[in-house]
Amino acid sequence: MDPLKLLFGANRQVTEAQQQFTFSRRAFFLGGTQVGIGVLLAGRMAWLAVAENEKYALLAESNRVNLQIIPPRRGWIVDRNGRPIALNRTAFRVDLIPDRLADKDAVLTELAQVMRLTPVDVERVRADLKKAAGFQPVPVAENIDWETFAAVSLRTTEMPGVAPSEFFTRHYPEGASVGHLIGYVGAASAKDYEEKRDPLLITPGFKIGKDGLEKTQEVTLRGLPGAKRTEVTARGKLVRDLATRPDVPGKTVKLTVDAGLQAYTGRRLGLESGSAVVIDCETGGILTLSSMPSFDPNSFSDGIGRIEWRMLQEDDHIPMLNKAMQGLYPPGSTVKPAAALALLQNGVDPEETVFCNGGYTLGSRTFRCLGRHGPMNMRHALMKSCNTYFYAMGRRIGYDRIAPVAKMLGLGKEFDLPMPSQRYGTVPDSAWKRKKFDQDWSQSDTLNATIGQGYVLSSPLQLAVMSARIASGKMLDPYLIHGQRKPAARLPFSEEQLQVVRDGMDLVVNGAGTAVRSRLPLEGIRMAGKTGTAQVRAIKGGQRGQSGNWKYRDHGLFVFFAPVEKPRYAGAVVIEHGMGGARAAAPVAKSMMTYLYDPAKAMEELTALEAGWGGDVNTRMARKAAAWKAASDPKAAVQAAAEGSVEDSEIKKTTEIEERLDAGAPVNRDAAASPEPETAAAPVTADVPPRPAEGSPQ
Amino acid sequence: MTDGFVPAPLKQLPWRLLFLLLAIGGFGTIVLFSAAGGSLTPWAASHAVRFCIFLVMAIIMSRIPEEFYARMAMPGYAAVLILLIAVELIGGISGGSQRWLDLGFIRLQPSELMKLAVVLATARYYSMLPAGQVRTWTAVWPPVLLFGIPFVLVLLQPDLGTGLMIAAGGVTVMFLAGIPLRLFVGTAVIGAAALPVVFSFLHDYQQKRVLIFLNPEEDALGAGYHITQSKIAIGSGGIFGKGYLNGTQSHLDYLPEGHTDFVFATMAEEWGLLGGLAIIVAFVMVGRWGLQVASRATTRFGRMTAAALSMTIFYYVTINLLMVMGMAPVVGIPLPMVSHGGTAMLTVMLCLGVLMSIERHSRRRTGL
Repeated sequence: MDPLKLLFGANRQVTEAQQQFTFSRRAFFLGGTQVGIGVLLAGRMAWLAVAENEKYALLAESNRVNLQIIPPRRGWIVDRNGRPIALNRTAFRVDLIPDRLADKDAVLTELAQVMRLTPVDVERVRADLKKAAGFQPVPVAENIDWETFAAVSLRTTEMPGVAPSEFFTRHYPEGASVGHLIGYVGAASAKDYEEKRDPLLITPGFKIGKDGLEKTQEVTLRGLPGAKRTEVTARGKLVRDLATRPDVPGKTVKLTVDAGLQAYTGRRLGLESGSAVVIDCETGGILTLSSMPSFDPNSFSDGIGRIEWRMLQEDDHIPMLNKAMQGLYPPGSTVKPAAALALLQNGVDPEETVFCNGGYTLGSRTFRCLGRHGPMNMRHALMKSCNTYFYAMGRRIGYDRIAPVAKMLGLGKEFDLPMPSQRYGTVPDSAWKRKKFDQDWSQSDTLNATIGQGYVLSSPLQLAVMSARIASGKMLDPYLIHGQRKPAARLPFSEEQLQVVRDGMDLVVNGAGTAVRSRLPLEGIRMAGKTGTAQVRAIKGGQRGQSGNWKYRDHGLFVFFAPVEKPRYAGAVVIEHGMGGARAAAPVAKSMMTYLYDPAKAMEELTALEAGWGGDVNTRMARKAAAWKAASDPKAAVQAAAEGSVEDSEIKKTTEIEERLDAGAPVNRDAAASPEPETAAAPVTADVPPRPAEGSPQ
Repeated sequence: MTDGFVPAPLKQLPWRLLFLLLAIGGFGTIVLFSAAGGSLTPWAASHAVRFCIFLVMAIIMSRIPEEFYARMAMPGYAAVLILLIAVELIGGISGGSQRWLDLGFIRLQPSELMKLAVVLATARYYSMLPAGQVRTWTAVWPPVLLFGIPFVLVLLQPDLGTGLMIAAGGVTVMFLAGIPLRLFVGTAVIGAAALPVVFSFLHDYQQKRVLIFLNPEEDALGAGYHITQSKIAIGSGGIFGKGYLNGTQSHLDYLPEGHTDFVFATMAEEWGLLGGLAIIVAFVMVGRWGLQVASRATTRFGRMTAAALSMTIFYYVTINLLMVMGMAPVVGIPLPMVSHGGTAMLTVMLCLGVLMSIERHSRRRTGL
């Protein structure tokens, strides 16, 4: 077949007329094509402009309008009298907008000069700028003073990309004293944002509660963000402001706490590692929940530096632990009032006496008393804290009858409180021991538990609740948020039974008891109490935990209520390694009670004490931080700054504490038996003290 | 209306076309006034001035006899081809892609002139080819070379859009000359099959443009930004538009190239579907006028040239609007007489000048 024929067709001879005809036909086809394409274009346009108009109108609008979130002002936290514990303060900050930075180096140099930034700060900003992109502002400094703010504001035209602005910061007037109770606020973590996808969380300057009440009351405190709508060009240039929706500030949270007492207690605990809780005996409202040393929530909320963070981490007084709720201690003799109630409940006559000759013999072992008390009835046994009496009587009824009373009074219980975590300790009994160790409950277990040693562990909060329940005769439940009072049933004890115990506790302070030196210096107001001393480690040789290495000294505990006749306040004080309840804990209780009735007198006393300690708590913490900063290698500090500020400190805090718990956990019950206990035993923390030995064989 | 006040030379002008052109150019000026944020500078005024100068130039060109264009077709083509090669060489020396020659007062883009030159030269070739040879190889290979050489040169620049338009001009003339349909269909089939190969020879940025065209949302902030923003502008305009000077996409700079290639989107945002339909209808009418000129032309050269130039003008509009509405890749073809920028307007006016000359020629033959 002819290939040309195939390509050009059979009729290869074309005439002029045929050609003319072909042209007309094809020109007509092209005309049709033009109209067809015109219709196609019109149809496409109609599709975009009519059918999809809504979609594109919305897109155009979202192009045009820039929605800027205004973080809501956080609700205040106030005390029972409306005195602010956490509030907001106007502050000034300077950010850099990476996209608008024309000359990064020139701007940074000038900014460093105007704001007097240190090389460390400049390095951090540089590092942050490298990571940041676009319109996300990079903070240069928060909380700058007004003069610096004004100086930067005046020069913004010379330094494009620098954005000074006003914002609110959280302020805690009482500083460290409220650290554990209130917690602190901080920028939301990346994880928070991934969970919630709330753009508010990544708004610069917005902070969420990270610990304590700030965390648990987040929903109430947060409020609703406002929105500032502005018309912007594609390059982000502001054209004009559109309607702005104001923010709805968060609600105020009113606490049962007495801010004055809380602050006073924090200061009064002084150099000790300790905690104190005071409860309103009429309602169960918590007046003070104090744990010292603490952290300053103000510096945490502004973003804590690495050096300061390390300082807190390396302190053996564990400032990051809320000891009032998370510290667990053998309660020692402070549980004797509970044991006494159990004895009464089980028919022991309070006037029945036990002769104390300095100890109690069980089989071949002698369980020692603190002294030779002679004949002791219940009231006197409480007053003198006579172990022999409680050994004998406890053994008579058995610890399985004492444990329910201890539990009823709040030991081993977790309370419904809006705090991130509580530890509830142990009130042992035979079933518990069977389950835990697969062993029978022994007589010596009973003797140890009756005087608050052995397996018994409780938190200062529980001890405070115990004394509040004994003082009021009611099943008070502690609460923190004003107005959340729970109805309290009466304890199943007669007024006479309770009175025996209260009398005994009265004698401890006001009779010939163990805490006579802590009598209230007030006319007509008496405080009742019970001292306790908890052994941190076994008695070895002559050392009874009363001297030597701080970490191995005994804990001092004290439970109390006042006034004796009509209890109004009750509480507990625990001083870690304070060596004795009477020596370390009771004076703090005395000061707190004095403060409640005569603040001026209490402050006078405190001022004298603080003079000896080197200033009040905020002064001392500031000095310590400065010393740490000076001691740290400046190069390391620069590097640390370049790595960025501490993120998610609360997460780290938890892990650190858990590590410490793990380290403390394996401490041996029979530490005394190990060959080199001082070095072999892991560092003892407040949480997991070793069991004391069950008396020494004689 | 043989008597009266209107002088004969004025009366002889194709007023229907001139009104259409004035309407399109005037509307373009109005849109450019808005694109500059309600200002005559920098675009509207210069656009109006240029439009008037080029229109006068086109009218003057219409006084030149058709025979002149026919005779000058081949030499003119050769001259433009030399310019095109010169541009290529200069570009090669300066190490980069160059599309224009700086003549001091104007930056001349030979590839633009080639759109016209190819049509004239191809039409000239067929007008000289005896009718009996239309179905032989002689009718095929020289025209293919005529558009093929500049096509390759422009593609190398690289300017895919202009290259395709040059080829389309040549192919249109071949189509009108009566080359058998099976050749076009066959080439189209082979071309479609070879498309992946061709694609692999494209420059990276050209490949990217094609891919983005196929899926603009994938890169909404990068290179797909143009198409996305243009569609937003057109779509948000609705039927009646947002009102003159009220376009946000253009005024707030979301729409890139809102005064050049994407001027239609700028217009559509403020004038809506109605404005868009007006422009489309106007250009279809211009095309129709050109085809009418072709059907009335007395010479074979005139017929083919008129029809092909009508199509060339229409290709501009088609490619630009398809691109602006997200149906074609971004190839950088402006909307003639509306977009700011002289070169495309110059080319179209040159085409119209030749068309008007052919029209005048045919009228004189038949009318006088």
